[in-house]
Amino acid sequence: MIDTILSGDRPRSMTLAALLLIILVGLALAPFLFPGVRSLETAARICIFIVLVASYDLLLGYTGIVSFAHTMFFGLGAYGVALTSVHMGRGFDALAVGTVAGALAAAVLAFVIGLLSLRVRAIFFAMITLAVASAVAVLVSQLSQITGGEDGLNYLIPRELTPAFRFGEAFGVKLNGRLLAYYLVFGACLLLFLLLLRVVNSPFGRVLEAIRENDFRAEAIGYRVVAYRTLATCLSAAVAAVAGSIFAIWLRYVGPDTTLSFSIMLDILLMVVIGGMGTMYGAVIGATLFVLAQNYLQTLMGSASDATSALPLIPDLLSPDRWMLWLGVLFVLSVYFFPTGIVGRLRGAR
Amino acid sequence: MMTDAPGHNPTLAALSASDRIGQAMPFILVPLVVVAGFLAIGSSSSWLTLTVAGLAMGMMIFLMASGLTLVFGLMDVINFGHGAFISVGAFVGVSVLIGFGGWTSAPSLGLNLAAVALAILAAIAVTGVLGWGFERVIVRPVYGQHLHQILVTVGGLIVIEQLIQVVWGPHEIFINRPETLQGAITYAGAALEKYRLLAVALGLMVFVAMRLVLRRTKIGLIVRAGVQNGEMVQALGYRLRLVFIGVFVAGSALAGLGGVMWGLYQGVITAGMGEEMMILVFIVVIIGGLGSVEGAFIGALLVGLSQNYIAFLAPKLALISNIGLMAAILMWRPQGMMPVVKAK
Repeated sequence: MIDTILSGDRPRSMTLAALLLIILVGLALAPFLFPGVRSLETAARICIFIVLVASYDLLLGYTGIVSFAHTMFFGLGAYGVALTSVHMGRGFDALAVGTVAGALAAAVLAFVIGLLSLRVRAIFFAMITLAVASAVAVLVSQLSQITGGEDGLNYLIPRELTPAFRFGEAFGVKLNGRLLAYYLVFGACLLLFLLLLRVVNSPFGRVLEAIRENDFRAEAIGYRVVAYRTLATCLSAAVAAVAGSIFAIWLRYVGPDTTLSFSIMLDILLMVVIGGMGTMYGAVIGATLFVLAQNYLQTLMGSASDATSALPLIPDLLSPDRWMLWLGVLFVLSVYFFPTGIVGRLRGAR
Repeated sequence: MMTDAPGHNPTLAALSASDRIGQAMPFILVPLVVVAGFLAIGSSSSWLTLTVAGLAMGMMIFLMASGLTLVFGLMDVINFGHGAFISVGAFVGVSVLIGFGGWTSAPSLGLNLAAVALAILAAIAVTGVLGWGFERVIVRPVYGQHLHQILVTVGGLIVIEQLIQVVWGPHEIFINRPETLQGAITYAGAALEKYRLLAVALGLMVFVAMRLVLRRTKIGLIVRAGVQNGEMVQALGYRLRLVFIGVFVAGSALAGLGGVMWGLYQGVITAGMGEEMMILVFIVVIIGGLGSVEGAFIGALLVGLSQNYIAFLAPKLALISNIGLMAAILMWRPQGMMPVVKAK
């Protein structure tokens, strides 16, 4: 039973299994275990980033392609929902149409980029995606009649998903639409994650791994490397777009900074590498740790910076604004010393 | 007795006209764009202004791109952290210029140029040393692994950008150009900014110097041979690793030079400017053909010119003109205009 759900890809480490279980239970019962608006926001963010990072891992960890356009696909999904909600009015049909349209647009764009770059060399892809993503980000912030520009778009989602929709109380927690929205996010993300797990453990996923290890040999055995790479890119883009749609439904707002910025791209990279490339569970661990650290560690750094304010330079290095510095160092070190990330370490120590 | 192999009838035909044009096309493309720009714009004075602006922009991008493309050609190393050198160069150079405020505000061309030269030297020195350290610490452990190279150099970029913010503070720094380099001169009814002319001159000088070094000196010969077939060069007894470190340091220094020039051109510098410039640099390197200095030069001029012309003709289109240019060239030549031929 568990094997079927996990597509035969068990955690293969007691510690890892325990961690995953804690995360799963924590997220499933988040509204009851950690009441409060901020912790619910954090939990939803973790869910969404797990899917986003897992879909990126399909590309980076399984296929061995580096893309810098993952936030662009994420943003396409988010803007899809936002635009349909603005133009079609509030309703579940708008959400559905926006999600599907966003995912389709992302897949088509990924196909075009793949066609231009993957044919020649995989390394072109990294550079071209960087260029295209930045162009799209500029376009979105400039075409303010359509996208709301830098201010982004605010819109209404169905009343059933808003805090105004109340229907009782359980375990001291008010049951309202926000709770329903959270469980929509949680359920959709869980499904998408299991779907990705299914994909990477299918014969298709095995071919992707073969291409990652030795593309020349994979081609020689008779697999069309370009077709597989392009398909993986499209799939990864579509899942990222759906994650973006879920994010837009949860936030009820989209803007360039929350969905398209390059710093989110860097966050995703960090999550994948720290969690562990080439394992879907790495995405779970990486995203959870990162989002928690982002929300709570920065406060700690702030107090550390205040405590050392008498010393030269150290408060500057410890200020919460500089937390990317430490993450960058951690990132470089982990690529050198733990290229398999936390999950790889846990599995190796078994 | 020697006889020809049966059925062996080699024909040695001259290149057809279309093949010749195809080979020369990258070189014709820049004049072609300039002429097309003239026809589309109509007014010769605006055209001259825009052309100089485009050439200046192209030269500065070329300065930043040349090191990246050579490093790739020579050692198959793709350095996403190259942008960090642009930012560091700009910050060091601008700090020197601010330090020599007396020289830059004096209405004397000599003093102004001396201050700019000092800023450039400081930027080159710092980014050169930084490049040396970057190669040792960041790049060396991941030779031959593109995936890890990309990840690690992106990590290096983040760290250096953050360190810039620690040292110089998180805010952008505004800088005025030296007194005599402000404003424009009028030539044939067109306003030509003095600083742009300086940038064009400097860029041309660097390009010519680079070509001379690559084509006329022994070290240039080794570098070019290393790009084509590194193993053979090593087999002949040259330590290609040392050459590569030299090229990496030189490329970083050129990026620093480009950073100072660009910072002065824009009048404002931020820690993220290198990251933003990297996008243009990558476009240039891709359309030029990875590893080719001439290709990067032509690509940079094309990007600079087309962006300036299109911004004048159709401002809305300028946002995507570079991507459009890249897509068009990749559809025409998927490897870029002048890909480096690997003898393997």
